[in-house]
Amino acid sequence: MVYRVVNKKRPVNLDIATISMPVTAIVSILHRVTGIILFIGLAFLFYAFDVSLDSQEGFDQVVNTLQTSFLAKFIIWGTVSALMYHLVAGVKHLFMDLGYFEELESGQAAAKANLVIAGILILLVGVWIW
Amino acid sequence: MVTQITSFGRSGLYDWMMQRISALVLSLYTLFILGYLVFNPDLTYDQWSGLFETTWVRIFSLLTLLSIGVHSWIGLWSVSTDYIKATGVRFFFQSVCGLVMFVYVAWGIQVLWGL
Repeated sequence: MVYRVVNKKRPVNLDIATISMPVTAIVSILHRVTGIILFIGLAFLFYAFDVSLDSQEGFDQVVNTLQTSFLAKFIIWGTVSALMYHLVAGVKHLFMDLGYFEELESGQAAAKANLVIAGILILLVGVWIW
Repeated sequence: MVTQITSFGRSGLYDWMMQRISALVLSLYTLFILGYLVFNPDLTYDQWSGLFETTWVRIFSLLTLLSIGVHSWIGLWSVSTDYIKATGVRFFFQSVCGLVMFVYVAWGIQVLWGL
């Protein structure tokens, strides 16, 4: 297979400890991690969406659970937090598609801004939920 | 060039574009729903179900559902292709992702149009 032949010629470094993780890499991997969290968290959002629109009782049940259950609050906070991070990182990605933040300094600054903005949004979401 | 038949649109450029178009839809819907919930803290069932009975919200929601399917497939396909090197395991993982994604879309349509 052509695929394997091409692959063999590439240098491969599998020693995780020797791979440096600059802020840009951390922001990038978190974009992927939050994407996976969102895919799982969606199940809870769909369930709440379903029950809340099912009937008055269902709606009350969702509202009540979100106001009293710590676990429910934590799950919704985690999912919405992942969404906030993923959204901010996605907007940064779109700016990079347009040619911005591609130099070392501006790239690092954008990555740091990404962490700060997402952090603030995640705190605000927590305040909103609790 | 390697032909990847398992990617969403069978072409990297097409996937690249669809990922960005679906991202735009998903970000707008996020702002819409979160904004609605933040500015309606005393939301009632009648308001909530009334919102999803309006045609434009249903269309916007359906567009968002399809975008979730496309966006999560392209994203999870990219991530799993990067990290899962064993073909069988990767095929299994991507199959599960594809099934879950389809369930989400069908479930969402049922909730939206089952009112």
